[in-house]
Amino acid sequence: MPEQLAFTIEVFLNGLMAGVLYALVALGFVLIYKASGIFNYAQGVMALFAAMTLVGIQNGQVPFSHLINAIFGTDVHSFGWSVHSGLAIVFTVFVMIALAWMVQKFVFRHLVGQEPIILFMATIGLAYFLEGVADLMWGSEIKSLNVCAAEGACLPQGINMWIDETTFTAFGYGFFIDNLDIVASIVAAILVIGLVAFAQYTKQGRAMRAVADDHQAALSVGVSLNFIWVLVWSLAGFVALVAGIMWGAKSGVQFSLSLIALKALPVLMLGGFTSIPGAIVGGLIIGVGEKLFEFLIGAPFLGGATENWFAYMLALLFLVFRPQGLFGEKIIERV
Amino acid sequence: MFYREAGDFSTTYAEDQQTFPIKFDRYRYYVVLFIAIFVIPFIINDYWANSLLVPFLIYAIAAIGLNILVGYCGQVSLGTGGFMAVGAYSCYKFMTAFPDLSMFVSVLLAGVVTAAVGVLFGLPSLRIKGFYLAVATLAAQFFLVWLFNRVPWFYNYSASGQISAPERDTFGILITGPNTEAWATYLFCLIFTVGSALVARNLTRGSVGRKWMAIRDMDIAAEIIGVNPLRAKLTAFAVSSFFIGIAGALFFSIYLGAVEVGEVFGIQKSFLVLFMIIIGGLGSIFGSFAGAAFLVLLPVALKVVGVDWLGWPTDIVAHLQLVIVGGLIIIFLIAEPHGIAQLWRVAKEKLRLWPFPH
Amino acid sequence: MKMKLATMAVAGLMVAGPVMADLVFPSLSYRTGPYAAGGIPFADGYADYFTLLNERDGGIGGEKLQVPECETAYNTEKGVECYESLKGTGGLVYQPLSTGITYQLIPKVTADDIPMLTSGLGRTSAKNGKVFSHVFNFPANYWDGASVAVKHMLDEEGGDLKGKKISLVYHNSAYGKEPIRTLQELSKKHGFELTEVPVDHPGQEQKSQWLQIRRDKPDYVIMYGWGVMNQVAIQEAANIRFPMDKFIGIWWSGSENDVLPAGAAADGYKALTFHNVGSDYPLYDDLKTHVYDAGKSAGAGDQSGTVLYNRGMYAAMLVSEAAKTAQEIHGVSAITPGQMRDGMEALNITEAKMAALGLPNFGPEFQVSCDNHGGNGFAAMTQWDATAKEWKLISDFVQSDQDIIQPLIDEDSTAYATENSIEPTCK
Repeated sequence: MPEQLAFTIEVFLNGLMAGVLYALVALGFVLIYKASGIFNYAQGVMALFAAMTLVGIQNGQVPFSHLINAIFGTDVHSFGWSVHSGLAIVFTVFVMIALAWMVQKFVFRHLVGQEPIILFMATIGLAYFLEGVADLMWGSEIKSLNVCAAEGACLPQGINMWIDETTFTAFGYGFFIDNLDIVASIVAAILVIGLVAFAQYTKQGRAMRAVADDHQAALSVGVSLNFIWVLVWSLAGFVALVAGIMWGAKSGVQFSLSLIALKALPVLMLGGFTSIPGAIVGGLIIGVGEKLFEFLIGAPFLGGATENWFAYMLALLFLVFRPQGLFGEKIIERV
Repeated sequence: MFYREAGDFSTTYAEDQQTFPIKFDRYRYYVVLFIAIFVIPFIINDYWANSLLVPFLIYAIAAIGLNILVGYCGQVSLGTGGFMAVGAYSCYKFMTAFPDLSMFVSVLLAGVVTAAVGVLFGLPSLRIKGFYLAVATLAAQFFLVWLFNRVPWFYNYSASGQISAPERDTFGILITGPNTEAWATYLFCLIFTVGSALVARNLTRGSVGRKWMAIRDMDIAAEIIGVNPLRAKLTAFAVSSFFIGIAGALFFSIYLGAVEVGEVFGIQKSFLVLFMIIIGGLGSIFGSFAGAAFLVLLPVALKVVGVDWLGWPTDIVAHLQLVIVGGLIIIFLIAEPHGIAQLWRVAKEKLRLWPFPH
Repeated sequence: MKMKLATMAVAGLMVAGPVMADLVFPSLSYRTGPYAAGGIPFADGYADYFTLLNERDGGIGGEKLQVPECETAYNTEKGVECYESLKGTGGLVYQPLSTGITYQLIPKVTADDIPMLTSGLGRTSAKNGKVFSHVFNFPANYWDGASVAVKHMLDEEGGDLKGKKISLVYHNSAYGKEPIRTLQELSKKHGFELTEVPVDHPGQEQKSQWLQIRRDKPDYVIMYGWGVMNQVAIQEAANIRFPMDKFIGIWWSGSENDVLPAGAAADGYKALTFHNVGSDYPLYDDLKTHVYDAGKSAGAGDQSGTVLYNRGMYAAMLVSEAAKTAQEIHGVSAITPGQMRDGMEALNITEAKMAALGLPNFGPEFQVSCDNHGGNGFAAMTQWDATAKEWKLISDFVQSDQDIIQPLIDEDSTAYATENSIEPTCK
């Protein structure tokens, strides 16, 4: 196999893997947008908040310790215990559910029926608020994130040797695939299948889809909007936690984690704001597209670092031909 | 009681059509303008100019520009940072290529260049709508920033890729560079701000503005009654980018003096200006000012209270600042979803009737 | 109506500053935002050193010290606001710890007659004091860093880099682009092949870059990164099994924050430094008695002994020594910013002086002069030991290749001088 072709295939495969990670972030946006028409700007901050809470619980950190110390002059930092990852994830999920409930109770219940731009703006306020609270609660220094099922069975990192060796013997060039990306892909697949199954086969899931189709009709057949929205925000919180773990394992948990939302926006555009499969396919196309462009044109001819804008350009190109995204609902307009 | 139109008769069409038909409003506007032009320049110092008033004035221009596009024409844009960068870099190129050019001209030309770029990136708006368009304008944002970072011609081949404003004057008064007087930079920005507000106000009241609003409210209906969507949308992009370009030029040359494109005109700037107009009020010139004031002055005020008065640690204050700004946005929204401008309108309505509400 | 809002919003907020009598060392810190992890330890070290001087010696020359802190969040606009608000307090010297803010402040501090110190950052050509009268960047700058990194490679390769491949992974900003010119010159001189690999802010996703490095198989990788980019790069380098001891970071890519998230995989990673590491110094005993145990440490108090904490402390040490020098020159204890500048320009750091301060062998010796605001360009190499979780100094302080760097500095500073019509002179 010629070298250039091998490289291209390797870039393509890694693009797919990166795309899965983008899709994970985009999924949270889609869930909320579909059910309530809210473009949730705070999704990235939610991922940060979830990851910080997870690490904080794992390490037995005292929440708000810095604030408490500053006010009362005490010197508390840690409870002195460490919590098993699985348990910590469960606790974090509860925190995210509580957050969803509070968001619904204190913010969006008061804004029912408002225009989308106003709901969007409320999520901006929420993003600011949550970012401040997350930093106050857990401190803004960088934390490393290790999720382990048992001693020594943590999230894997680094090159997958099996793929490397197999492809080396087969093609003479060992492909690089990151173990973490493989895990992320599996997790994302399970997540999507789970979500789709939930939406198709459970009562709450069907109610959720009913709300997504038509609020008022759903209300009139006895679906509790309030409950559905809390449910949707909880699900988005859970997706944020998964995204936070996958991204945080790479870079440590810190403020920049909230910026992953930017990676999800072109995915959303491409896949459509309302489609879960769209988020996945969009993520894959963006991931592959930007990586291939960087490899074939960006780095050799344009000096590199083209990925950021190319993702958007690619999405833009698609939109010109299909303005509602690949899988978005067709916009029907009447005068 | 204090605020009423009783006894305020218009006898000509011109009087009837003026921006502030109510006498009280008008006089208050004149007083504010008088204070801004004839009082503040004499008492202003470096701190007030550089950390509060100049950024406020510049953000107000940017917010007016974006408000034309988003608030009046209904085209959500997240490319503001990129367009401001176009303004800044073209202003820099004019300043260095023609050292004798007056700053007024440089800044206006920067606006013109930005308008052209804005039209170019406005073309997709003809097919793409709503949030999709917002995300599409992000393409402009990222591409422009990358371009200015990448091509050395834009930053005159300097070693680090930063651009810094050389000393330039207008009518013999230093406007840019470190040795400027606070009043000079302040007044220079004020002229542009007042000018932009006047132009924007009158544009939006005229036929152009009405076309924009028709497109915003329902583009298909607008097309049927004879508004050309191509022209309406592209003029909105052009005018909006013109103002944003001016804001970018001022931001670089007057306010910061040196700019690194990724840091100063990054995506955060686009979001910040969008937040300003949403919080201030979409489709309102006053809202642009109110929103700019809210997001420029409030954090500084909170910082002064928290750090300088209460003596709290700076990081706790910075975090609380986020919590308070976020909380206030939500509270404002719940109280009044249409921004500060609407709150102001409601307050005026109340004042008109006060003290006899019925 | 617009102005009314503005005036109302800020009406009562007259800026209340500290009393003018003390010596004020403003700290433009960032404890929030994307680079908080780097800003916190530096700010803590900076504040703790001054607290120590206050507690132990009663200040400098009998004058109490104040360290008003202002949060910039690494944001240039907030930086301007901080500078202007702290200017009123009579701040003696500014250390912004951000290249963006530095560029903005260079003309301002010169006009306001206030010195600025940008150790290991900022505008490299500020080393030429004839053009940049108020800006100092001792003891080393970005170009020194690039050169010392190449020298280290020369040592390892037995003095010959011909035909070797070196990749530069850099933050795609003013800061990251700094070393490119120097490395290009060096590649001509030593005959190695240089590949530039930019990473856009924030640098969360670097798969393309590291796949490229995996394909290119460079002999060495140099990194100019900051913030999350460092952690991701080190993780990705470990992922592609790039040998860590061939991976060299600049001093801003060499703190505990950068290597800890990658765990054991980061073992052997190298980074430059212009000061020593660890907490095995007599000064730390004093810090413990007078600051930590007295409950006066800045921030959360958990950063002591980290690389960036040491750097903050070192920065504080340099300016307090400069303040002492200024007091000697002018014969007054309550110095002004202008006199502080003279002190910085006459600063002489010797081994004896550092040992007397309780920091023996902590940094290179250097003498500042009008021609040379940047020290002698000495830097050393550190290496991360993942099992002991500490940085170890593995080389002596080595001088950079002045034959290459000095002409570049002259060229860039002359360009700045002509662009801004500055007549290069000594004050």
